[in-house]
Amino acid sequence: MLADLEKELISHMATDRIRAAFENAKSEGRIALVPYVTVGFPELGFTTDIVKSLVDEGADVVELGVPFSDPLGDGPTIQASGHRALQNGVTPDFCMEAVRDIRAAGIGVPIVFMGYYNTILKMGIDEYCTTAVAAGVDGLIAADLPAAEAGPLQDACDKAGLALIPLIALTSTDDSIEHACKRAGGFIYCISVLGVTGARATMSSRVEGLANKVRNFTDLPVAIGFGISTPEHVAEVAEFADAAVVGSALINTLADGDPELAAERGGAYIKSLTPGTPRKVVAN
Amino acid sequence: MTSTSGNANRPVHESESLPNEFGRFGPYGGKFVPETLMAALTELEEAFDEARQDDSFWAEFEELLTHYVGRPSAMYHAKNMSEKLGGPQIYIKREDLNHTGAHKINNAIGQALLAKRLGKKRIIAETGAGMHGVATATVCAQMGLECIVYMGDTDIARQSPNVYRMRELGAKVEPVTSGSRTLKDATNEAIRDWVSNVEDTHYIIGSVVGPHPYPKLVRDFQAVIGAEARQQVIDMAGRLPDYVVACVGGGSNAMGIFSGFMKDESVGLIGVEASGEGLDKRHAATMTKGRPGVLHGSMSYLLQDDHGQVIEAHSISAGLDYPGVGPEHSYLKDTERATYVSATDDDALAGFRFLSRNEGIIPALEPSHAIGYMMKWVPTLPKDQIVLLLLSGRGDKDLESVARASGVDLS
Repeated sequence: MLADLEKELISHMATDRIRAAFENAKSEGRIALVPYVTVGFPELGFTTDIVKSLVDEGADVVELGVPFSDPLGDGPTIQASGHRALQNGVTPDFCMEAVRDIRAAGIGVPIVFMGYYNTILKMGIDEYCTTAVAAGVDGLIAADLPAAEAGPLQDACDKAGLALIPLIALTSTDDSIEHACKRAGGFIYCISVLGVTGARATMSSRVEGLANKVRNFTDLPVAIGFGISTPEHVAEVAEFADAAVVGSALINTLADGDPELAAERGGAYIKSLTPGTPRKVVAN
Repeated sequence: MTSTSGNANRPVHESESLPNEFGRFGPYGGKFVPETLMAALTELEEAFDEARQDDSFWAEFEELLTHYVGRPSAMYHAKNMSEKLGGPQIYIKREDLNHTGAHKINNAIGQALLAKRLGKKRIIAETGAGMHGVATATVCAQMGLECIVYMGDTDIARQSPNVYRMRELGAKVEPVTSGSRTLKDATNEAIRDWVSNVEDTHYIIGSVVGPHPYPKLVRDFQAVIGAEARQQVIDMAGRLPDYVVACVGGGSNAMGIFSGFMKDESVGLIGVEASGEGLDKRHAATMTKGRPGVLHGSMSYLLQDDHGQVIEAHSISAGLDYPGVGPEHSYLKDTERATYVSATDDDALAGFRFLSRNEGIIPALEPSHAIGYMMKWVPTLPKDQIVLLLLSGRGDKDLESVARASGVDLS
């Protein structure tokens, strides 16, 4: 009985933590910054320090990449970081442990795992979700699991109290957007380009229309990701969305230079994006 | 079979319920891909559903199969092989005699015709041994389509004649340097390309793998093999075979011939996987040693470690060097409609030499696995039985690999 209560409490904390982070950013008149880092990159033991530095310098939600051998939704930068992490010995269990470490260090930022379905399946979807929640994970993103196939994982997430965050693409039909939004938790992740992850010079102008379309189906915050690398990109996102996700550009920053100073560089990079975050219009 | 009459090539599975509307063969199959591709898969599914009802589509397909590919491919009663092995009568379905030298051309033509219906003029493909790449490059040259072929650079090194062939046919061959640098990684890269260019590009997957509807449509385009073979063996031997044997990497040649005999319960279906250096060493025996998982868009048996990471496969034949397998094969394994066995690199080399010396047919290393397996297995069968072997391709491309394995330097 007590254990059940405790579980419920934990699960409410999980989804609440994401909501609170977005509300906090909104109350400060800005969009949220959501950095992505691969667990165990560039070195196995660096993740807690990197996350702390990102949060100290302005990150509102942190996406932790769970590496997979065949990341077919990722461009060269994140592929290489995942490859390195796997060589460093990162496993899904290690990723859970990394989150426990982050929580033990007193870092309360919402944490979202981003990975591929097979690593979840292999652990068992229920065990994966309950272990993740207990470790302090708030949400999941599975890059190769469209809403049409997400039913079983969605059930497990609901049971465990984990937000399953859907990816919506420029090519998504209204039906699939509606389907994805119906059971979504945390926020909606709109992919700003036709393509895989990776820093790009410009953003597609089509993504604003997509974000607006998504808002017809949900009140959840809308995040924009893939290809965002500069404060100017973040400022563009701030005109129509609630959060900007930054992955490859951050990974490049972490990789480029003395590994011992990776956390510091990562924090400085996130700080450099903050001038772009003030909201141009208050959405919703 | 009478390949010029009516709709002889119409899929034999047409009335069957698998896969279901979600692209599932039992628990296998599905669409596990980035969301960006979902609309394109629906579009492809609709185009295929429409095309299969359209007689003019099949007429064009059949016209090309007859006059361009040279179908029907021959059925050969391998009397020397039968006698040497001392068991049943062996018949060989000669897909090696097709234009471009393998069964891959059947699917490439079908999908290129679909791409034209979809108005897509840019074609991408992955290739392992290079046979699917060559078939796709060939069809693109014939139909005036742009063609980009992704190929692992390990495979580029061991299949260089096919790389030149593709380039001469006007295709761009993109070397893939990630992961194991073989078919698995070439497929990852092709999918990444498709995600990035989905609006003007059709991805011609070369096997019965990938997200729905690929396993179904590739099977249906390859079903011509089984439809012809069934009639040919009845015409020549007067009855159905007792066994049909085919090699399985992704498994398109095997699905093509199995589909023709699926409803003939007396016919045993046997798929031969590559066990490389041995099942306890590096191998590609997905169904013998794998566990269900998700790779390249579908749920199927998969070589993976305890953490769900895909294990790199190994086989002397680039076409079988793949850690996954088509979802329908996983279903046929679980339902026991088909049996899956394996043959090592050495078995394949023995099979390669055996068919070359005894029948004057140089087989590709992929079906050489089936021959190698048969050399050990068929002598145990009664003499009055019939075994039908699918020879999926010819071995010219493999001469260098075989020479190397035999310690001969051709360069």
